[in-house]
Amino acid sequence: MNDKPIVTLVGLGKVFESKNNKVKALEDINLTINQGEIFGIIGLSGAGKSTLVRCINFLERPTSGSVIFDGADLGKLKESELLKARQSMGMIFQQFNLLMQRNALQNICFPLELAGIPKKEAKMRASELLEIVGLSDKAKAYPAQLSGGQKQRIAIARALATNPKVLLCDEATSALDPTTTRSILNLLKEINQRLGITVIVITHEMSVIEEICNRVAIIDQSHIAEVGDVEEVFVRPQSKIAKQLVFSGDSHIEHFVGEYKCRIIFDGRTSFEPVIANMVLECKTPVNILFADTKDIDGKAFGQMVIQLPNEETGRKRIMNYLNMNQIPYEEVKDYVG
Amino acid sequence: MWDDGIMKFAQMMGTGILESLYMTLFSSLIAYVIGLPLGVLLVVTDKDGIAPLVWFNKVIGVIVNLIRSVPFVILLISVMPLTRAIIGTTLGSTAVVIPLIIASAPYIARLVESSLKEVDKGVIEAAQSMGATPFQIIFKVLIPEAMPSLIIGSAIAVTTILSYSAMSGFVGGGGLGDIAIRYGYYRYETGTMLVTVAILVLIVQVFQELGTMWMKRSDKRL
Repeated sequence: MNDKPIVTLVGLGKVFESKNNKVKALEDINLTINQGEIFGIIGLSGAGKSTLVRCINFLERPTSGSVIFDGADLGKLKESELLKARQSMGMIFQQFNLLMQRNALQNICFPLELAGIPKKEAKMRASELLEIVGLSDKAKAYPAQLSGGQKQRIAIARALATNPKVLLCDEATSALDPTTTRSILNLLKEINQRLGITVIVITHEMSVIEEICNRVAIIDQSHIAEVGDVEEVFVRPQSKIAKQLVFSGDSHIEHFVGEYKCRIIFDGRTSFEPVIANMVLECKTPVNILFADTKDIDGKAFGQMVIQLPNEETGRKRIMNYLNMNQIPYEEVKDYVG
Repeated sequence: MWDDGIMKFAQMMGTGILESLYMTLFSSLIAYVIGLPLGVLLVVTDKDGIAPLVWFNKVIGVIVNLIRSVPFVILLISVMPLTRAIIGTTLGSTAVVIPLIIASAPYIARLVESSLKEVDKGVIEAAQSMGATPFQIIFKVLIPEAMPSLIIGSAIAVTTILSYSAMSGFVGGGGLGDIAIRYGYYRYETGTMLVTVAILVLIVQVFQELGTMWMKRSDKRL
């Protein structure tokens, strides 16, 4: 991976106007996506992520700001040049969007036909792609005869047909079961590594980001709330929305208001030692674990635990001191976490 | 003598069937030549279409509705000057083709419109994401994807045109309708009328059945 930008969004905004109201779907989005990376964009539904991905290939024309793709400002291109540029950006969808009246091979040939590539050549390329996605035996099958995972594989093959530089994935795994999701994510990872295609993943699932992304942008209420390496965002989420997404399930802790609580953060370094047990033994003070959520990312464990501290001041201070001395990141949790 | 009567009757029915089929199929063909592009335009220029052109869409929408709201019998008579100008006469099967086309083209446009609107928006979006031009979307996505529905629509259109053509008997247009009106209505020959109606029912059945078979064969979703 190098740091050459392939997609740059500058001050991007999108306002949907209808007769009696204006909806700001996106506002002042600034992002740089580098060549060869797998970039995640995550947000809750309605945050604007689907609009954002459609702005990247100008399916939605931004109302302000610009999209620089491979050195060209898409907003300044002529219609025909824009259509050409789109051939360098593959896209896959939640509902696959295959042509139902065409078989798998013909579906993959479709973008090649659009690009004016001779039939014979297109068929050869399509067969090649079927092999990449592992469905050579399904060339003659129609979408109605394929499973969800198979359909998405065909859609991926179709998106790759014109040798795009970027692959946009709009909730590509949201309609699939966990096992199929994993296999599709692995395929995307493989494509990224083997073909060097930049992959932009839009999702509402943190697990998808964990599984394949290098960097992530968190989008909330039409704005980018946070951008960073996946590890960094998982360990030290800064924004409220990031905390909500990373530490999902926080809402239960509300019930313990009035007690002293603190959140211990696991950053891979400390998770291999029994932190809580050592702390309790060392301080001779009992704690109550209210919430725990740890994840394994790239061989390191990340996550958090929320513990309830004793009301008695000395015991509490001893624990804080222990955490400080052992350089274990923590924060006090006052009322609602997030 | 009796045999001669049967022969004459059969001959008359035969000619009636052929004239009806000629009127129906010929005007269907021409009506599709007009109605299909019109239906495509209605979909494409819609405000949510792939090439929105709202004023144009409204104008053709109004024209289509206007023609469709005129009862066919009225249309049949009111376009007579036009028919005479084009065909040279207002009598006979060929003359009836003109009002049939005028009446059915807007009807077909609406049928085509509703078929094309069934095409999944996501598939159109996918084609756009691949850099498809509006023309490519029409010919490679909209029409092929809507094909089964278009076929069923065509069976509906043809049977409707057949029933319109039967009305042309009132203006001397020939065909089975003409026979039914002349013999059954004016001369009280109920038997003749029943036979023509039975034949019309049979023809409608055949068209509908053929349409369904063709649709099933073409649809890859089944």
